[in-house]
Amino acid sequence: MVPLSWYLVLGAVLFVTGAAGVLLRRNVLIVLMSLELMLNSVNVNLVAFSHFFGDFRGQIIAIFVIAITAAEVAIALGILVALVRNKATLEVDEVTMMKG
Amino acid sequence: MPAGGLHASIFLEGTFMERAFFLLFAAMAIGSGLMVIMARNPIHSALALIVSLVQVAAIFVLLGSPFLAAIQIFVYVGAVMVLFLFVIMMLDVRKEARTRFLEKGIAPALVVLVLLGGEMIALLLGSQRFPVLSAGAAGSIEELSKTLFTDYLLPFEVASVILLVALVGAIFLARKETD
Repeated sequence: MVPLSWYLVLGAVLFVTGAAGVLLRRNVLIVLMSLELMLNSVNVNLVAFSHFFGDFRGQIIAIFVIAITAAEVAIALGILVALVRNKATLEVDEVTMMKG
Repeated sequence: MPAGGLHASIFLEGTFMERAFFLLFAAMAIGSGLMVIMARNPIHSALALIVSLVQVAAIFVLLGSPFLAAIQIFVYVGAVMVLFLFVIMMLDVRKEARTRFLEKGIAPALVVLVLLGGEMIALLLGSQRFPVLSAGAAGSIEELSKTLFTDYLLPFEVASVILLVALVGAIFLARKETD
């Protein structure tokens, strides 16, 4: 049996990888993909705890995370298409319309 | 006790195989995750992310949740990543390949990442609370669906409404302004 901490370390490494992508990359598409990676690493943790504690709720929350992720990606890509149509750029540091 | 010894050796062998498969899947997932953030071409990033998600689905199988593994492949690989690939191919990505990384703010981001990773790994490896090993083995898909459709019915319906709203919103956002 694989110890629980191995799964948790895998989740942490994937999370940090995704965070690196979000913080360091210029391309909005890759920032979104890194976000997917982070959400997925959280799912690994949820399912691992669900398995080791014999409790369904981890899996159920993971199902909800997947559903919400699908919604988020659809909206984000819609915004991206509108952005490229209006500004013709995909780079995160050139999108300053909201003065953020 | 030959019988006990035999059982112990079979058990150890099973453990070894499981750990070997876990390490294989984990190494593949982390390697392709690194490829996602290192690749110059967004298409390569998307394909590496597909590999990573499939490896995580295999890890879900190791964790005794085949339903989630199937959902992972259907929804992530089948829907989300295909959507990504469509958008990448719709947009012109060739001129975006100038620089991969942000030019300013790298150092603070790296500090944050090292702190985050070090803290999480230190907490996980230093904690004594995790080895709770029980033979819990979160049962069958039938029980999962019963729990999902009784105790969690309201969140389930809310999630479907959110998906509907996302559908309408995505169509509205990506629509061409004709009038």
